[in-house]
Amino acid sequence: MPTSTQTTESGPTGPSSEPEAGQQMPSSKPDGRAPKAVVRPGDRIFSAATLIAGILILVILAGVALFLLAQSKDTIEAQLTDPSQITGGKGFFSYVWPLVIGTLISAAIALVVATPFALGIALFTTHMAPRKLAPVLGYVIDLLAAIPSVVYGLWGIALAGNLTGFYLWLSQWFGWIPIFAPAADGSVSQTGRTLLTASLVLSIMILPIITSLTREIFLQTPRLQEEAALALGATRWEMIRMAVLPFGKSGIVSATMLGLGRALGETMAVAMILSPGVLTASLVVSGNQTIASEIAQNFPEAAGLRLSELITVGLVLFVITLLVNMGARAIVARTSVKGS
Amino acid sequence: MTTADTVVSKPAKLTSKQLPKATPWVVAAASIIAAIVISFIAFGGFNIPVAAVLAGLINLIAVFVLSASYEGRRKAVDRVATTIVTSTFILACVPLVSLLWLTVSKGGAAISGDLLTRTMLGMKGVLDQQYVAGEATLAGGFYHAIVGTVLITVAACIISIPVGVLTAIYLVEYANKNRLGKAITFLVDVMTGIPSIVAGLFAFALFSTVANLIMPASAGIAKTGFTAAVALSVLMIPIVVRNTEEILRLVPMDLREASYALGVPKWKTIVKIVLPTSVSGILSGVTIAIARVIGETAPIMVTAGFAKTLNWNLFSGWMSTLPTFIYDSQLRPVSPGAAALASSERAWAAALVLVVLVMVLNLLARIIAKVLAPKAGR
Amino acid sequence: MSKQIDIKDLDIFYGDFRAVDGVQMQIKPRSVTAFIGPSGCGKSTVLRTLNRMHEVIPGASVSGEVLMDGNNIYGAGVDPVNVRREVGMVFQRANPFPTMSIKENVLAGVRLNNRRLSKSEADDLTERALRGANLWNEVKDRLNLPGSGLSGGQQQRLCIARAIAVEPEVLLMDEPCSALDPISTLAIEDLINDLKDKYTVVIVTHNMQQAARVSDKTAFFNIAGTGKPGKLIEFNETSSIFSNPDKEETENYISGRFG
Repeated sequence: MPTSTQTTESGPTGPSSEPEAGQQMPSSKPDGRAPKAVVRPGDRIFSAATLIAGILILVILAGVALFLLAQSKDTIEAQLTDPSQITGGKGFFSYVWPLVIGTLISAAIALVVATPFALGIALFTTHMAPRKLAPVLGYVIDLLAAIPSVVYGLWGIALAGNLTGFYLWLSQWFGWIPIFAPAADGSVSQTGRTLLTASLVLSIMILPIITSLTREIFLQTPRLQEEAALALGATRWEMIRMAVLPFGKSGIVSATMLGLGRALGETMAVAMILSPGVLTASLVVSGNQTIASEIAQNFPEAAGLRLSELITVGLVLFVITLLVNMGARAIVARTSVKGS
Repeated sequence: MTTADTVVSKPAKLTSKQLPKATPWVVAAASIIAAIVISFIAFGGFNIPVAAVLAGLINLIAVFVLSASYEGRRKAVDRVATTIVTSTFILACVPLVSLLWLTVSKGGAAISGDLLTRTMLGMKGVLDQQYVAGEATLAGGFYHAIVGTVLITVAACIISIPVGVLTAIYLVEYANKNRLGKAITFLVDVMTGIPSIVAGLFAFALFSTVANLIMPASAGIAKTGFTAAVALSVLMIPIVVRNTEEILRLVPMDLREASYALGVPKWKTIVKIVLPTSVSGILSGVTIAIARVIGETAPIMVTAGFAKTLNWNLFSGWMSTLPTFIYDSQLRPVSPGAAALASSERAWAAALVLVVLVMVLNLLARIIAKVLAPKAGR
Repeated sequence: MSKQIDIKDLDIFYGDFRAVDGVQMQIKPRSVTAFIGPSGCGKSTVLRTLNRMHEVIPGASVSGEVLMDGNNIYGAGVDPVNVRREVGMVFQRANPFPTMSIKENVLAGVRLNNRRLSKSEADDLTERALRGANLWNEVKDRLNLPGSGLSGGQQQRLCIARAIAVEPEVLLMDEPCSALDPISTLAIEDLINDLKDKYTVVIVTHNMQQAARVSDKTAFFNIAGTGKPGKLIEFNETSSIFSNPDKEETENYISGRFG
């Protein structure tokens, strides 16, 4: 359809003054394929759809905070009016702080154990393994990351008993360190289901995450710097220390922080392995509890105020992991600006 | 041999003393034997962990001394570092192998066609006691959990794939690094870090608040398969966004320009040129995301409860998935005491199915990425 | 069915940076016009403003007029999508759509613009466009194989076929031979000679011999220094540019005494 009905605002000024030449491009095609109007509903609808999807992400994240807060209302009211209603009978904070400490301790142990291994594996797969083997090893690491946490939990339960001998030995030789102290009667956990076991399983679970992040960073080391080091006659290890590690320093820190965020929020391994109890300094006797595990173990039977309490505890966990993750991102952002 | 002659004739200094290639392996083997011998003499018996630690230490010292005396100190440090790094890798493989071995051996021993096709309907402790006593075969099954896993995961995909892919398109094609785009990128990062149980609590809080608004004191009906799917979506969306965004940025600007130059509108360029070019990458990213959320336990147990029987309705009643079935069976066995073994065996069988499922999904992602990728042009 | 292009006082910007300053030029229909000049002088930038591809780059903008048979393509209410249907473009690197076969590549422009084609129409158009691009004989047996399987020169001709299949009035070429070997280059140059019977062709090239071989008129662009805008120095018959240029700057460049 020729758009000849349109009034000509700008008017055809050129020599070819075809009548259908409106304000758009004129067409002299014999088939009369006249350009359509400027409005492209397709473009408008599509870009609006993508925009809405993007905004939905903002809404979801705001919703997470808002709805958790809404469900925490009962707990906050109870805390303000009659703190003795809350589990433990001494108010919300004395209920939650042992959980926070337990969470932090288990995450910290997991991190301390996992980081050196992660660095070693990342270095091995990027700079030491035979060329042909390296991608296969990367794939193995990915598989390790893909195994569901509940299977790790099952595995941890099955093997926890084997650690009792080790724990007994620890308590005999290193019992003077509070974290390895045996119980009053000199015994350690008979099942091995202690916070230390849970933390060790946690460390295996966060290992692949830290590994794959640091692996990526090591792969990005400028080839020129590596070659410069080698050209100076450095051995491979000296090259790694001169070029690879300094380049990856900030990346390693943020990878570790992200691993920490993961360890803080990991639920199942702890919920399944740990037989929970009150906060104790020793990690080789049963006791202690983490936030995520507290929620998982008690949520199915919870109702009323107890339910609200658990959601409030979840809110606390959300805030903690949010801070850790934002910290990690901030480190990445700051250092990547500096580096460029 | 003339070329070799010319090379060798000049530089006598280029060669230096070097240990033969096989040295590290010989030393390692010797260290292991030495460690076993020492552990027998010193501790009066063979103990694998003690011997392993000893072997590692002996190996390190032997490598260093040997290399330092023959090749020089720098080379020795290099060898020690290599040994340490290599052993961290081998050590890290131990738990993986152990876990896969336990899953395959325990799960493989327990699994049967009956387990895959039956639910826990009518399950009694007596049946498990008979099994443990050897009087009957293993009763019960997790067909309901397989169905629940599939339903909840599919529902989560229906929610998160469109949202995730569209958001990625917005970020790559429309945002041009504007403020909103930066905010979304940041929040997607934040969302990646949400603990899975918090995602579950959010979905539960959302639906129980809504349920309470409609009908007071009816928060209990908020636990459904659909609530679980929403929880999983919170975890899945950021993964889909990140993967898709990465892939879309890889599509060369050339192709978009070629399409624009043909007079094709932007949205059609995206739908007909950009997406088909990157479809393999997007699908493989989505598959990875599915593999990740299909194994989630915590968000399911707080949103869908633990069903014992088959439930096809996502919008009403509790549902089980494989992970929650594993958790429930292991920690709350049908029959306490010795017969809890039967529940544990069902849990391991379900774990085997779950691990195989996740592995297959990961493998599938790799295959999709390879097979569907457009043939390399230049 | 080809058009005259009048460029009037064209300034081109990337954000606040003025990339090209005050271009005036009249390009006759059914002719080949070559843009030459040193790297960064803005010749490709000017070319990209002729079908409004310039604004695909974020922050890019234009002032002045580009009239196509008298109609300003930067006028109010003009849809760039329509402009681009009239003005085809071939890029520096051959960029066939990797997911499509040779035939689908040729038909991509028409199909994506919502025109339904019957099978015979589609076959006709494919043959016509591929013949127009001198590629028909080489690919007629493998129309359903992916376009990325062709050689570099064939891919570039496939892109030309794709551009002329939408029946544009003007064909823009941005260094179409810079990634090709001499034999493929020759094939493309022969093709350009044929194309000018039907289309207004504008070509950017680094290669002065190429400009001398294929073009009727030549525009020489230059830049005073980094950070300064590019300018049109001289625009004239190709023969006079290469034998007897008006400006000393042009002569220096042509003779290799650059700067």
